[in-house]
Amino acid sequence: MILSYEIFLLLLLLMTAAGAILVKDLMSAIMLLGSYSFFLALIWGWFGAVDVAFVEAVVGAGLATVLFLLTLFGTPPKESRLRHPPRSVTTLIVIPLLGILLLYAAKDLPQFGDPNSPASVHISPAYLQRSYQDTHTPNVVTSVLMDYRSLDTMIETMVIFSAGIACALLLRRQTK
Amino acid sequence: MIRPHDSLIVQTLGRFLIPVVQLFGLYVLFFGQYGPGGGFVGGVILGTGMILSVLIFGHEASRSQFARKILHGDGVGMLIYAGVGGLCMIGGGEFLNYSELEIPGLETASRRFLGILLTQIGVALDVAVTAVSIVFSLSAEEIIEDSING
Repeated sequence: MILSYEIFLLLLLLMTAAGAILVKDLMSAIMLLGSYSFFLALIWGWFGAVDVAFVEAVVGAGLATVLFLLTLFGTPPKESRLRHPPRSVTTLIVIPLLGILLLYAAKDLPQFGDPNSPASVHISPAYLQRSYQDTHTPNVVTSVLMDYRSLDTMIETMVIFSAGIACALLLRRQTK
Repeated sequence: MIRPHDSLIVQTLGRFLIPVVQLFGLYVLFFGQYGPGGGFVGGVILGTGMILSVLIFGHEASRSQFARKILHGDGVGMLIYAGVGGLCMIGGGEFLNYSELEIPGLETASRRFLGILLTQIGVALDVAVTAVSIVFSLSAEEIIEDSING
């Protein structure tokens, strides 16, 4: 029963992703992308990555959709229809090959939640054991992001900051 | 330029929903150390609440004036974050080593707790203001009118 729920979610994800590519006008594509982000958030919540699910739901389904819509309203109507170019032979050969290669590589990935996988034997146990004594923060994700890896987070914030400045410099014009 | 939305339903729901969204943003921001959430998500939710008020009530409404006022405060969050790092250096430690924050009467772990909280507020401010600023940039009057005229 649990498995069927998962498969249903994955099917919805595939359908919205394919729909966003195949659909004819930009408005429907934006709406489908928003719902795609929402289903992705549900799947991440299902896997226990609640923090990631939170960000996906708020940024992917909320903020990004608003930004896309505002861009669309600034686009002339005749340019908001999508024209699909004919598929070339190279695409038809390369993309399935890439898919096969990725599936072949996925065979070697560790099992989901495997305690002996390389990612969870190196430094994660130290974080999990020491986080509460070090920082009095029960949520280990937060203490890793903002304390142990604080410099990374600062540079990420700087990236967002520069994105805002770049948008303002490029899009805002001097009002009379 | 965004004009106020015509529908009474949208306006009434907006009046009711925007404070709830803002309150939830603050909750996510300050409980990020106890549950899922944190500075980034909290900041985006706060920014989304302000964007919602701009989308529903228009650029000129009194409810949107707060978003307009903070529009140019992009650097404040960055300043708080880097400032906490600088305070740690003044206290004699490395950049962003919160245990060297000079606050008397606090043990090391509590200092690091406080450091995490302050930097999270910095991230939230930066992200919220940037989200509002990008929306204002995208909906600037001249762009929309240019595209309508040809």
